[in-house]
Amino acid sequence: MIGALATLLSCQLAGEVLARALHLPVPGPVIGMALLFAGLLLRGREAPPALQTSADALLGNLGLLFVPAGVGVVLYLPLLARDWAPLSLGVLAGTLAAIAFTGRLAQWLLRGR
Amino acid sequence: MSELGEIWVYLAREPLAALAATLLAWLGALRLQRLCRRHPLANPVLFAVLILAAGLLLSGIDYGRYFEGAQFVHFLLGPATVALAVPLHRQWAAVRRSALLAALSVVTGGLFAAMVGVGIALALGAAPEVVASLAPRSVTTPVAMGIAERIGGLPSLTAALVIASGITGAALGPLVLDLARVADMRARGLAIGTASHGIGTARALSVSAAAGAFSGLAMGLNALASALLLPLLWHALAG
Repeated sequence: MIGALATLLSCQLAGEVLARALHLPVPGPVIGMALLFAGLLLRGREAPPALQTSADALLGNLGLLFVPAGVGVVLYLPLLARDWAPLSLGVLAGTLAAIAFTGRLAQWLLRGR
Repeated sequence: MSELGEIWVYLAREPLAALAATLLAWLGALRLQRLCRRHPLANPVLFAVLILAAGLLLSGIDYGRYFEGAQFVHFLLGPATVALAVPLHRQWAAVRRSALLAALSVVTGGLFAAMVGVGIALALGAAPEVVASLAPRSVTTPVAMGIAERIGGLPSLTAALVIASGITGAALGPLVLDLARVADMRARGLAIGTASHGIGTARALSVSAAAGAFSGLAMGLNALASALLLPLLWHALAG
């Protein structure tokens, strides 16, 4: 498990360093994901079982990790009270329209493949 | 009384209380979700945020102090994002045949998501910084905050909007996809990951491994594409 955590953190660290050194607009963890993925592809076999277990444990509780940032909504209660209509409609209608649009588009592009 | 005061000072100083409260709220939220028989609208992230936000407001503890402790949970978002490479790799045989077309859907869908949100906010007369905070809301939190900063939005309002979009997509996305008659698990995963990033991906993973892998792929690609394209487009359109 420690090996798996070290792998994940090293990929993230390499991603953060690359993002800053090359002034990439992409955040470190996303680059880290690409690095780990490339590493797994190069390895050519199944991912190590310990890495799979740790990744599944983290991703199985992915929702929990968004909670601390989500509670930050308490900071914006006055702004939310003023602009609640555009905000809630923008989030609700925007997100649902985007899901319908992307789903239809992807299904059409991927048909027969 | 002074003993109670000392205990309070200790709890306020150490991350222990905030961490324990976050985990307990999450467990409570999962129990609520089971009580609602895993109804799609019963989203555990929403429940846990409501429980903790109510707790902070009632007790008068400020958010900054809570976050000092809860940041240890928040920190794990980084390694968890890296870990998305593992299910993607597991499903790679299925993903690689359609990777290019999947990428095309994600980039188009991601820009569409930003445009619709901005369009609605502009039509309803929202303040400029609110409009800019809405634009990157379908991108995963850390990236969205960076984009918001570059286009004149409020990064922490963006974080809240990102999470609201995630919860919306996770709760109502499957219903919308049924209504739009999108049955292909790959397309369902791509749609949810594009519009609702990690929170949508968490739900997609719990429904189907294929949908989860495509959702994780969509989340990563949309983060990449939006980080590159949104600031460029924004400055081009805003003059």
